[in-house]
Parts: sequence; C-alpha cells; structure tokens
Amino acid sequence: MNGILRIAFKLLINDKGKFAALLVGITFAVFLMVMMTSMFAGILHRSSSTVINIGATIWVMDPAVNTVASSIPMPDYILDAVRSIDGVKYAVPLYSGGALVKLRSGIYQAATVIGLDDASLFGRPELIEGRIEDIYAENAFVVVKDTEFLKLNNPTLGSEFEINDHKGVVVGIAKVTSGGLFGIPTLYTTYKRAIQYIPSTRYTISYILVEPKSADAVQHIKLQVKQLGYEALTKDDFIQKISRFYKYQTGLGINVLLMTVISFIVGLSISGQTFYTFILENLEKFGALKAIGAKGRELVYMIMFQATFTCLTGYGLGIGLSSIIIAFAKLRLPSYAALITYGNLVFAFVMVLIIAGISSYIGIRKVIRIEPFDIFRG
Amino acid sequence: MGNLAIKADALVKWFGEGQTKTVAVRDVSFEAYFGEMLYIEGPSGSGKTTLLSMISGILRPNSGSVTVENKDIWSLPADQIADFRLNTVGFVFQDYHLFPRLTTVENVAIPLILKKVDWNEALKMSLQYLEIVGLKDRAPLFPTKLSGGEQQRVAIARAIVSSPDILIFDEPTASLDGDTGRRIVDFVKKNILNDKRCILIVTHDSRIFEYANRIMKMEDGKITGIVTGGGHEE
Repeated sequence: MNGILRIAFKLLINDKGKFAALLVGITFAVFLMVMMTSMFAGILHRSSSTVINIGATIWVMDPAVNTVASSIPMPDYILDAVRSIDGVKYAVPLYSGGALVKLRSGIYQAATVIGLDDASLFGRPELIEGRIEDIYAENAFVVVKDTEFLKLNNPTLGSEFEINDHKGVVVGIAKVTSGGLFGIPTLYTTYKRAIQYIPSTRYTISYILVEPKSADAVQHIKLQVKQLGYEALTKDDFIQKISRFYKYQTGLGINVLLMTVISFIVGLSISGQTFYTFILENLEKFGALKAIGAKGRELVYMIMFQATFTCLTGYGLGIGLSSIIIAFAKLRLPSYAALITYGNLVFAFVMVLIIAGISSYIGIRKVIRIEPFDIFRG
Repeated sequence: MGNLAIKADALVKWFGEGQTKTVAVRDVSFEAYFGEMLYIEGPSGSGKTTLLSMISGILRPNSGSVTVENKDIWSLPADQIADFRLNTVGFVFQDYHLFPRLTTVENVAIPLILKKVDWNEALKMSLQYLEIVGLKDRAPLFPTKLSGGEQQRVAIARAIVSSPDILIFDEPTASLDGDTGRRIVDFVKKNILNDKRCILIVTHDSRIFEYANRIMKMEDGKITGIVTGGGHEE
C-alpha cells in the first residue's frame, strides 16, 4: 500500500470509536437498502411465478394484460392463427383462473387453477408424488407443494375436495421453481377440465404458449401476433411487463423507493456527520501535513481512501448482515419473499459510493481550505 | 558565521483590505546562516510567526523575496514550494501536531513517507532518529502516552528525519516547564545544529536566550534590532 494511504488507513482504524460509528452507519444503511430492495425483488419475482414455472418461450395475450392473474380470455381462432404463423414450432392454450375449493373439513379455500393443454401438458410441474398421466383420470388435479400447500389441509394422493360443486381428486403432488405472491394454493389440471369446472366467459384461452422454431423467429412471431390485435411476449418480456405494473401502477414501487431513500438518507446522515467530525478533529493534523510538505492532492487521496474504505467495508458488512437475516428468515418463514439480486447489490453499491463521494467531498472541501499558516498561528 | 542559508529581502505582508487591512510584516530584510541558531523574538502580534511562515514557504508575501540556497522560493510553482518545505525545511510546531492515532515512530516517519520512502525503510530510519532524541524505547507508543517534553522531542525527530537544511521551531518551550524547555533547546543546540543546518526559533521565552547565536527582535512588524546570544547589539 502506498505510504500516504497507509497513514490514512491507520488514522482511520486507530480512531476506533469514529471508525465503528462510521461502519455502523454505512452497514445499517446498506442493510436497510438491501432489505427493502430485496423484499421488492422477491415480490416482483413471485408476481411472475406462473410465467417462471410454466417456462414457455413466448406468451400470447391480450395487450391489456398486466399480470398473469388478470388474463383476458381470447377466442379459439387466435390459437389457430398463431399456429399458422411461420416460425411457430407449436402453440398450445393455457387456462389460468381462480376457483373456490371446498375442503373435506367444510372450509372454503381460494385456489389458482392452471389448465394445461390436454395433448401436450406443456408447462406441467415436476411431480414429487404420483404420475403425470393420472391427470387424465376423472376429476384429477395436481397440487403444488409450496408454502400454501398447508391451506389445502396437507392433501395426499387420493385426497378429495370440491371445486365449484365438482369433485376433485389429488393424483399428484408437484414442486415448482417459484412460489406465488398472493398466498393461495395452486392446482394443475387439464385445459378441458379447467374450463369445464370453472365458470368461464365466452372465450376461454387465457394465454397461448408458443415455442418458436428458432430464436430468429421470435421477432417475426411478435409482429404477426400484433397484426392479429394481440401481443406476443417472450418469457423475460412478460416478467418485465409484470414488474413494471407492480413498480409503477400499484404504488408498491414508490413506497419501496421512499423507504430506500430514507435508508440512504439515514446512512448518509450518520456517516457524513461522523466523517465530517472525524475530518474536523484531524483538520489541524492535515494542516500540519500540508506544512510539512504534503501536496493538496495527496490529502485528497487520503480522504477519498478513508471514505471509500469505510464505505466498502460497511457495504460488505451490510450485505453480509442482510444475507444472513434473509437466509435465516427463509428457514423460519418459507413464504418470506425477499430475494437478493445482482441488481440489489449494484444498487446498494452505487448508493454507498454516493455516500462515500458526498462524505469525501465535505471533508475535502474542509481540508483543501486549511492553510498551513493557520497551524503556525495556532 | 557560515554560508548564507536564508536571505529575506524587503518582505511585506498584510491581511484584509480597506479599513480592515492590517500590516503584519513591514519591509523586513535579514540574513540567516548555516551553523547558527537565530531567534526571532517579540511580543504577541509583532509579526514573528508571519515572518517565519513566509521564510518557510507557507505564507506568500505581498512583496519582497525569500532566497534559500540561492533559490527564490516564491517564484516556484505551488507543487515545488511543497517540495521545498518537504526537502529543505523541518518544522517543530508549537503544539507539536503529532498524530495521536499513529505510533511515535510512525509520526517521525511522516516526512519520509511523504518523500515516498518505503514504509519499512522509513520506520527503520525513524527509529535511528528517535534514538538520537533518546526515545527509541517509546517508538511503539502513541503520543498520548508521552510527556510534553517527550512529545517535543518526537516532533524534533520528525523535523530532522528528512535531514532538512533549515529547522523552524515555533515557540518550542511554550508548553513546557522551564527546566524541560532549557533541556530541549540545549539538546537541539548540541545535537541537531551543525555547520550545514540553520535553525530559526520563534520565541519570547527569555530563559532560552542564552542558547541563541543571534536574536532578532521584532515589534509592530519591523525588526527593531539584532543582538547576539550574549545580548550585545550587532
């Protein structure tokens, strides 16, 4: 390490009280920012759980659809039209809707019902109990074993329930990649059974799932679907669309943003104030260094190094603390949605760099102005 | 007297403008030589610290020049003035200005580190200078663990560690009791002063006048007289 930076390092860490206060401030700010943004990322991730779990490459839908749950049914001829587009390898219908399940205990429980294409069962979940072909049996349903599974009274293979006055039988228990956002269990069945059991509008296709022949065909399919008056979105596009809806049209985004800004201000206030006090206490010493022969830019490097080192250490501690808390919370609370993404990490890192920059700037302004003559004058 | 070390010529310095203008140094000229200990003495507000600051490259005069080793220091760019302070001048400040968060030996090493000497080498050299001032055993301690006299000696070690030609002491005995102050100045005269070094001391402590080669008296920004250490008019 460069000698002058080593001096800066020692000045910083040997002032244990201030250094600890700085670290606590930054760590706390990073912790709050990461917790808030992770919670938001987790909610957004879960809001797209059906898209992630089904895994289709292209989703065709009404352009007004904002979330998977708010599907607008499409007429059957759209399915035929999509199948006839050049570049489409295959296209299947998907039903997505809500139903009331009456359990054996007599309790009603809302559930999401996914109706898979009868021929291909495209988008089926991975079974952990039962056989997928049993889904064709009479009244057959596959139950997803996620955090909401308990709400169906822990069903086993053969468990029976009522769904909109129809009998339902559990023939499989499945696991999925992502749990849902709304706290209700998910049932899979065939498309035909879904539209038969659940009251429907005149049109019944919630989504058309499309597999293109090649990646190059995606753009062409999108254009052709658009000409039909509908919208074709890739899996990532659809996830983005859902995220945008929750971010900008539900108030969720602005609330999380506000909390994140408050966390940033708290961190900036604590660290900025502490760093400023640290600089003030060492101001005469910086002046003495200047008198001895240190150049202004060397003092600037020292301060920037101190601020950056503190912020990066606080960043590491904050990320570590958040990760531990989230991991622990997920162990205890399986429905806990928080998810640390690279985006969260980069966001917190940028915020921390801004804190370091502002704290440095305050210190640098002070140190640059100190005249060695002031040291002589006392 | 030895070779010419410092030549101050018609130095003028004022602060403020208009009605608040205060002239701190008025047309001061003098010379200092290698091998001598020159005191600048005078009452508070007489301009002695301002004069010292202009000589040491810290405060730019409004007019006049300072020539050190045949170099007009105030004609140099800012970075070179900083280099001049680092390489040619050693400072012992009134309040020492030791870094409380650095050990004694690290404090002494600061000028070497600013001169880009390797960290370990700088500490090694600093230990030698701590030995000169009799504080080698205090090397790992923080300055707050040292007495006032010891801190003063650490400040001296820091001032001489880069072997400067000119040493500047600002009120070196102001924070010390009479005996310690005299011992420090006696030590400086016997161990630090040599033919290749000029020491300037700002003081109004008459108890240490006996160690001066010359005493330059200032009042109201002007030199009112130069006397030898024995007190005779030059």
